[in-house]
Amino acid sequence: MSLTPDEVRHIARLARLGVTDDDVDKFSHQLSDILDYFEELNRVDVSDVPPSAYALDLHNVMRGDDPGPSSDSEDVLANAPLRENGFFRVRAILEE
Amino acid sequence: MSEDLTRLTMTEAAALLRQKQVSSVELTEAAFRRIKAVEPQINAFITQTEEEALAQAVAADEGIAGGRGTPLTGIPAAIKDVIVTKGVRTTAGSKILEPFVPTYDAHVITLLREAGFVMVGKTNQDEFAMGSSGENSAYGVTHNPWDLERVPGGSSSGSAASVASGMAYWSLGSDTGGSVRQPAALTGVVGLKPTYGRISRYGLIAFGSSLDQIGPFARSVRDVATVFQSIAGHDQRDSTSAEVPVPDFTADLDRGVKGLRIGIPREYFVEGMDPDVREAVEIAVRELEAQGAEIDAEVSLPSTGHAVSVYYIIAPSEASANLARFDGVKYGYADHEGATMWEDMERTRQFGFGEEVKRRIMLGTYALSAGYYDAYYLKALKVRTLIRREFEAAFADHDVLVAPVAPTPAFRIGEKTDDPLEMYLNDVCTIPVSIAGLPAISVPCGFAETEGKRLPIGLQIIAKPFDEAALFRVGHAYEQATEWHTAVPPL
Repeated sequence: MSLTPDEVRHIARLARLGVTDDDVDKFSHQLSDILDYFEELNRVDVSDVPPSAYALDLHNVMRGDDPGPSSDSEDVLANAPLRENGFFRVRAILEE
Repeated sequence: MSEDLTRLTMTEAAALLRQKQVSSVELTEAAFRRIKAVEPQINAFITQTEEEALAQAVAADEGIAGGRGTPLTGIPAAIKDVIVTKGVRTTAGSKILEPFVPTYDAHVITLLREAGFVMVGKTNQDEFAMGSSGENSAYGVTHNPWDLERVPGGSSSGSAASVASGMAYWSLGSDTGGSVRQPAALTGVVGLKPTYGRISRYGLIAFGSSLDQIGPFARSVRDVATVFQSIAGHDQRDSTSAEVPVPDFTADLDRGVKGLRIGIPREYFVEGMDPDVREAVEIAVRELEAQGAEIDAEVSLPSTGHAVSVYYIIAPSEASANLARFDGVKYGYADHEGATMWEDMERTRQFGFGEEVKRRIMLGTYALSAGYYDAYYLKALKVRTLIRREFEAAFADHDVLVAPVAPTPAFRIGEKTDDPLEMYLNDVCTIPVSIAGLPAISVPCGFAETEGKRLPIGLQIIAKPFDEAALFRVGHAYEQATEWHTAVPPL
């Protein structure tokens, strides 16, 4: 399994990760090596085996919908890179 | 009373506190004298909290004088920087969280504050707990106290090194694929990875959510059991937190191992294993046998060899989703030099994340992407079921399993950084346990002599879900017959 530079750029875009040409070169080699190693899983027969998303068999855990205090908005916004009038500030999402 | 204080176990220090032979302020001042003396060589901390620690120590002394206190009251401890602490910067070892100050405490921190602990600082780690050497931190490499040119293991590098070098009596780390057990082994301290669901993950910055567990380090099995006792139990803020009763974990400590059925899984003695590690583990098994345990050396867990593949598909897949939240909007590092909002986000993540984190985000994104999900992620989840079933079968007629923690002692700084796959393969003995959600402990069991340096070796004890008491029982019995855990690094 080898990843082409274009595939690496595609994955980086899906992950919203900026990459340089050097990164693309390095990742295509390293990720290809790792994916090659994963090929060993092809030897395992899992035809009648169900998947385990978790080690414990827990499903649909519910708790009471009880109101409680929230974080103070000023404390939360103190961590914001950009803020305006009590809100997080972000750049325009929809382009012209 | 001076430097010697820093070599006491937590239990010994707590006894002195109760007998009023020493104060928490004295313990805390001694810890900071030790930190000032050795931290420049070790780099175990990202943030030190001396002022807060002394205030907590004063409060602890007042409590003890008033007859109040828990086994943790007034004892200096260190917390991995992946666990959020209200008002104290929490970076997870990443540049992307460099300015981040949490607005709330993790569940374990809430419990520890109620118990009157003293926090000396936040410890260095591989970025977002991704690594096995401590080299992937944005805040510099942590050095092994036994040989400063070698790694302390990871990802809980600073939590292990701080306890090994006497800068804290105990610490908290987190273990996703071995990140408590492996650094404990490589630095000669005791480290516990509890059953998945035993300790609330509320406030643990997420890496692989189906695998992550917080776990304690200390210099004796009893100390680890005591810390674990105070942080285990159900918490409704973590939906995977188990509603399982918490027993008295120290009750069985002195029961011994007579009649206990101990299995040795042969697949853990891998090709390329260091002969000193193999020998140390074999001698430890003979010690347990001499104490009356029934040893079964014929246990087989045939899917062990697939665990590295399964883990390095599942954990990066979960990480790629968990780390999507770091977008430069709500907190942390942000880049605003892009032409568009999307470019800002891509630049924030490009310059905020380190190389290993990016590699795992890429790997996980690929494994979950259209056309590859069945071949990688779903396949890994199915093999995970096989690994779980094999452990279940082994525990049908064994009380615990015993194995190495890592195939080699501490390796040199820089030795494996150019080859990520080689670094991943080093996790072969700890990963299967994580995949199955089982509890396991690393206990010091000897040294490898290399180039005039003594490098610690760890013994891994594995139990069935929620049977941590068995780990403490076996670990404590072994510790009573040996002195490895009392060895002091040459600093």
